[in-house]
Amino acid sequence: MRRFFDLHVIPNLQDEAQIEGVLEKLSKLGYRGVGLVLPSSIRSNKVSRLRRLCEAQGLDFVRRVDLNPSNPKELLSMLKRVRRRFEVVSVLCNSKAVARQAAKDKRVDLLDFPPNSRCRFDRAEAELASRSNAALEVNMASLLSSSGYHLTQLLRELRIEVSIAENFKIPVVLSSGASEDLVLRCPRDWTAVASLFDMDEEAALRALSDTPLEIIHRNRSKLDPNFLLPGVRLISKG
Amino acid sequence: MSRQRSRYLAVLIESEEPLKGRAFIEAIWKSLLRLFGVYGASKSKVQVIEYDDEKALAVVRCSLSAVRIVRCSIATVTKVNGRPVAFHVIGVSGTLKALRRKFLSQH
Repeated sequence: MRRFFDLHVIPNLQDEAQIEGVLEKLSKLGYRGVGLVLPSSIRSNKVSRLRRLCEAQGLDFVRRVDLNPSNPKELLSMLKRVRRRFEVVSVLCNSKAVARQAAKDKRVDLLDFPPNSRCRFDRAEAELASRSNAALEVNMASLLSSSGYHLTQLLRELRIEVSIAENFKIPVVLSSGASEDLVLRCPRDWTAVASLFDMDEEAALRALSDTPLEIIHRNRSKLDPNFLLPGVRLISKG
Repeated sequence: MSRQRSRYLAVLIESEEPLKGRAFIEAIWKSLLRLFGVYGASKSKVQVIEYDDEKALAVVRCSLSAVRIVRCSIATVTKVNGRPVAFHVIGVSGTLKALRRKFLSQH
């Protein structure tokens, strides 16, 4: 049975009732895990509190950080600070230079290309990402909030990007990108919406389940204190 | 000519205020026309079979081949009469009886 994850939920950290409402809804919609976007300076007691809220709803809590660097050098400095503290690292690619640096860096998990941005996911980034761990993220909330000409443009861009990702065998992750509970939809509804940019049902289901799970497992094993190298773990100390 | 198969979708309506059945039907049609045009809407054979505004549940019928586009149209509705709403397809079945037994009885 598939386990569905919504890796991009943006909670209002000041409003615990809102967070509980969002988590309850995610659980009812059939998700098994959620990636909550946290600030890089978040304290461990707050993280523990969020973990308990997720566990109360039967959700696997995934710590996620969204990086928004203005240049590649800033991205490298941010990655150095956050990589060991978060299970999922996403980079908002607002410029070509940042997108290329993020695509080739193995510490980056998700490439996020915001709608209406001049920078799009193209073959150059795809070629770099094919040699690293980066996946392409599609935030479905932007489709719900767009209409008319903007929606047409957005769908056209997504169709091209998903096609490029498929050609270069780059994994795609579908996330809600929701900051409130009315934007959340069940996984099967998102797979239906993904048909708007020609993503077939099986690929969309993988983008909501298998691909997020692979990212989480990979990073959790690396963040494990017993992790030494890929494929090498410390079992006991003599 | 073989008989066209249908599917029944159970839809849960989430809104701040109770929604009238007419408004629900119009929202679905508007979304279907917006995304798939007259041609796609005509192929879908979408019809609202039941609507319960107290329980905020509805049953929509459509052709088998159009399940994905109808589901997509339902999921992309975000506002009705300027008020935020969300429609969730909680189940799909080949018969109304099975739909009621598997999905609607829980609500």
